[in-house]
Amino acid sequence: MNADANRGLGRRGFLAISAATLGGVMLAPGIRLIEIAAARAPEQAVSRRVRWGLLIDTNICTPGCDDCVKACATENGIKDTGRPRTDPQWIRKLELNDRRSGRTHSVPVMCQHCEHPPCVDVCPTGASFKRADGIVLVDKHICIGCRYCMMACPYKARSIVFEDVTDQNPDVPRGKGTAEGCTLCVHRVDRDRQPACVEACAKAGHNAMIFGDLNDPLSEIAQRVAKYASTQIRADLRLNPGVRYQGL
Amino acid sequence: MKRNGIGALAGHIARAIWPLALLLPILAFASGRVPKPVIDIDKPGKCVEDTATMRREHPDMLRHQRDLTVHEGIRTRQHSLKECVSCHASTKTGSVLGEKGFCQSCHDYASVKIDCFSCHASKPKPVAGAKP
Amino acid sequence: MAESPIYRELGGTGRRYWKLLALLAVPLALGAVAYFYIEHYGHIVTGMDNQIVWGMPHVFAVFLVVAATGALNIAIAASVFGKTAYRPVAPLSALVSLALLAGGLAVLMLDLARSDRMIVAITRLNSQSLFALRVILYDGFMASVGIYLWFLLERRMNRYIKPAAILAFLWQLLLITGTGLEFGFNVGREVYDSVLYAPMFIAFSSAYGTAVFVLILFAVCGWEERPVSGELLRRLRNLLGIFVGASLFFAVLFLYSKYELARSREVARFLLFDGGVYTALLWLGQLAIGGIAPLALLLRAQASRAAVTAACVLVILGGLAQMYVTLIGGQAYPQILFPGMIESSSFFDGEIHPYTPSVPEVLLGLGGAGLTAAIVAVALRALALLPERLDPTAGPQA
Repeated sequence: MNADANRGLGRRGFLAISAATLGGVMLAPGIRLIEIAAARAPEQAVSRRVRWGLLIDTNICTPGCDDCVKACATENGIKDTGRPRTDPQWIRKLELNDRRSGRTHSVPVMCQHCEHPPCVDVCPTGASFKRADGIVLVDKHICIGCRYCMMACPYKARSIVFEDVTDQNPDVPRGKGTAEGCTLCVHRVDRDRQPACVEACAKAGHNAMIFGDLNDPLSEIAQRVAKYASTQIRADLRLNPGVRYQGL
Repeated sequence: MKRNGIGALAGHIARAIWPLALLLPILAFASGRVPKPVIDIDKPGKCVEDTATMRREHPDMLRHQRDLTVHEGIRTRQHSLKECVSCHASTKTGSVLGEKGFCQSCHDYASVKIDCFSCHASKPKPVAGAKP
Repeated sequence: MAESPIYRELGGTGRRYWKLLALLAVPLALGAVAYFYIEHYGHIVTGMDNQIVWGMPHVFAVFLVVAATGALNIAIAASVFGKTAYRPVAPLSALVSLALLAGGLAVLMLDLARSDRMIVAITRLNSQSLFALRVILYDGFMASVGIYLWFLLERRMNRYIKPAAILAFLWQLLLITGTGLEFGFNVGREVYDSVLYAPMFIAFSSAYGTAVFVLILFAVCGWEERPVSGELLRRLRNLLGIFVGASLFFAVLFLYSKYELARSREVARFLLFDGGVYTALLWLGQLAIGGIAPLALLLRAQASRAAVTAACVLVILGGLAQMYVTLIGGQAYPQILFPGMIESSSFFDGEIHPYTPSVPEVLLGLGGAGLTAAIVAVALRALALLPERLDPTAGPQA
């Protein structure tokens, strides 16, 4: 009727919208929401809704295995010059021997991507920074090579590049004089891929490492962390790292 | 302050030669000795912006883009340095550096130090490797 | 208020002075060569590695910076706490403080692995960082001491000396506390991680800074062939004695606290007994040469210039030893990721990290000390900073 059209949304329109909304609300729980991560378009900035993390089951790790270490070096263009004291190491296998019980562990250790990173606190220029999604990185454009972050890191996660670097991976710029450490393969993560270490561990069939969004309750990592016990290295420091370990 | 012999002599010499400093700009016209930059565009197609804009703005574009990429994870291809290199790398040397390299020859001519490639790869990613 | 003293430039110059400058140019030149060598080839040519990331340059630099804050004490005593006996030498104290800071900062900046980004270091400050504050602290210290020095010398500004001195004093406290907490708030390393570093470094800075100041004062008096007044000598001796005593107190308290607490007993054992060169430098260098021996010299009834000079030299040597133990020893002891476990890895976890200082590093550090000396020598010649009369006579000329 004429009067209805003049008043905008009429009774029929209101009923239509209400029905649609009600239907949507009832159906929504059954729809698996697309992972927040996969929904990020390249031109979209990262957000705090996501917190990337790693879960490593050290029960599976053995002293002889260094698949993750080799994969990291290959992916990031880190070359072995035969001078281990000055060569950068982004990930290493830490062999532990419990003095009291004699129990041994073999643990891959890399930058722990803390929620409260000491390296970020001390960096004078802000080159060491935490991205919104929790990945701790070095902005090599403004790193002045003061090595303060290396002094401050409790996990010995960072290295400084002592010599000229050539033949870099175009996705991983690295150069002399800047600090560096595990980037959680941010160049892969931003393209919906897994870090190289995780991929290599899975490819070799060990499946000791899981990568995912700790904030997403539906992700495998979040479900495992909620279900099984896991620890953080030096949890007493209250840095809340994004890397968690099982079997320690 | 009491002037001793050496100080007075130095003062005399400085006073005598400083006008010569005014002649330094003449050197700007001696540019015939510096090789002109080599602009070999091996790969066909347009650049992301027109030449004049690129010449003028590329430092600011790169700097703005780097903050977006590093801090916010924005990896669009348009202003990415990696894409610049993959297009502009010489087909002969495979690099944007070197005497006739796209980046280096201009920077040598303009006498502007180029810092990017101490960290960034000056060669495109090998095609054999998986490109995400 | 007593009339301000009359100041003048360094006297007795001539060929002798140019010879002095030529002598000071040697460490400066060697330091410059060392810097360019390291900058060109990268830090691979030094003794530093991924385990010992701060080497000899930092030992020198932190010593100079810590001494810089303490060297101002004499001026502060004069202008804030009203000890008029020190008023004649207050400008010299301020100058020595600025020169020490300049030398220390120069070494810190030149040791950067990307020293071509020095401008970035000064201009781009991490707003989240408590420690980016340090750049502001350094700049503010230089500015406030500079202003204070200007007010000391400019007769028209003499009535503003006290507020300027108070500002410089507060900044001095902030800077040295921040320097100490650089180590104290470092929870990742067992040798650090103690808030005691703040008062300990305040004590250290007072001792080292006063020692350097007294040596320079004596050198100036020797150069100009004028005696140091007995009163001033006695006061400086007492002051240095108090500072050395305080340094010993805090050092012992720190070591004791590390030993007493079970969680840090292992690192205390390392420092006190098992640390090899670090243990030797701690006992012999820091405590004996830097503490007990100077106290023995200073506590004698008669204040003699020779004894005080010797004490100052010993304090400085002890201070360098202490910096080596703190900086290098603190890095030689590994980060403990799993307390109670024996750790080993390809990245040298769980082991004491060796370090051998390299020649370029030492030359760079000495270059910083040379820069301090050169600044003092040139400033004393160019500016009127030295008092006509050293003795604090009662009356308007004090």
